[in-house]
Amino acid sequence: MCLAVPMEVKHINSELNVADVEIAGVKRQVRLDIIDYPAAVGDYVIVHAGFALRRLDREDALETLKLFQEGLNLQVH
Amino acid sequence: MALNNASDTLAKFKDPVLCRNLLDKIRAELPGPLAFMEVCGTHTVAIFQSGLRSLLPEEIRHLSGPGCPVCVTHEGEVAAFLELARKDNVIIATFGDLMRVPGPKGTSLKQAQAEGCRIEIVYSAFDALALARKNPESRVVFLGVGFETTAPTVAATIKVAKEQGLENFLVFAMHKLVPPALAALLQDPEVNVDALILPGHVSTIIGVEPYRFLADQHGVPSIITGFEPLDILQALLLIIDQRKTGQPQVVNQYSRAVADDGNPKAREIMAEVFTISNALWRGLGRIPESGLALAGEYQRFDALTTLDVQVQDLPPLPGCRCGDVLKGKMQPTHCPLFSKPCTPATPVGPCMVSTEGSCAAYYKYAL
Repeated sequence: MCLAVPMEVKHINSELNVADVEIAGVKRQVRLDIIDYPAAVGDYVIVHAGFALRRLDREDALETLKLFQEGLNLQVH
Repeated sequence: MALNNASDTLAKFKDPVLCRNLLDKIRAELPGPLAFMEVCGTHTVAIFQSGLRSLLPEEIRHLSGPGCPVCVTHEGEVAAFLELARKDNVIIATFGDLMRVPGPKGTSLKQAQAEGCRIEIVYSAFDALALARKNPESRVVFLGVGFETTAPTVAATIKVAKEQGLENFLVFAMHKLVPPALAALLQDPEVNVDALILPGHVSTIIGVEPYRFLADQHGVPSIITGFEPLDILQALLLIIDQRKTGQPQVVNQYSRAVADDGNPKAREIMAEVFTISNALWRGLGRIPESGLALAGEYQRFDALTTLDVQVQDLPPLPGCRCGDVLKGKMQPTHCPLFSKPCTPATPVGPCMVSTEGSCAAYYKYAL
């Protein structure tokens, strides 16, 4: 029950405070009550128990990947 | 790096070539035996599902800690929600994992349902609100289990229930807090853990600060980690680095999802609806200030007081060693009940019930 997954925001309904999200063909509607700053269509959000917890920071993800590669002295591709 | 969109970026965290290289680096740099504990059911599943467990060097011992919300639900809490289920005019709304957790007399919610009790599986606390609206003549009791990740979702739901004046919505708050459980665990002289992999999504809410004591007071390297194979391998490398330098630290490896100060908005909602309380944990017993109870004007949503049910400090189920498994004192396969008679189809304890339980993971992936 504790599983949380990143899902892509497809549509936002600010009036109802919900977003339609999707990953690999699985669609859900999630509440936006506790997300700390607004997510936009196309963002990935971490979804848990019917709520969006947080927006995933893509720049940060890319930076982490770059560190992996540099740490291993690999060619960045 | 030719990554066109967010989905490509996420896929990169499973890159097999990078994984292999990180594994080689771990093998080359491992200074000696290392026992690490992950404190999150999602990590348990990720470590098994990705095959990492079998790929890691033998000197690295992996333990699963008290991070499966269903598994740490105390025997007395299970007895209490079974009692709530049997009350007249009550509908229990629960996450599916709790359905088959055996109570003290061997019965579960599933059996109670077969006997005629009204029990509905919901995906979210918010779904339970809809159930309450649809059944105004009944009282809908949501079983609130889970850690800091789940507690704000339940708090937000209770706030909406209050705003909408839903009188027949109740919550049995069994939420538990991770840092006090880690403190209790590390104070136990029988627990031997060299390093911790900290729960990524609990940290999404609480941030980095509440974990500092792990390094400062206990000298245990502790890494907040994501759930992809690369995340976990990088966490192990960070632990190895700290072992080599002799300087234990708390590091946030999962910064793409975890801000150092967590999610203040979620914490604010949680603090408005809940107050910190003592809690009973399966295997760990009563831990001060490790639970959440309904606060102030939200107390009227409390299922236990409204329906006059108490949580008793009941003893463990006979023969069940889930408590020792949760503390990393025993590997699931060493439990005398493991695989006979305790299986996912016929669970004796909760660690074999939940998909995030270490016994269920061993049964599924390691036999």
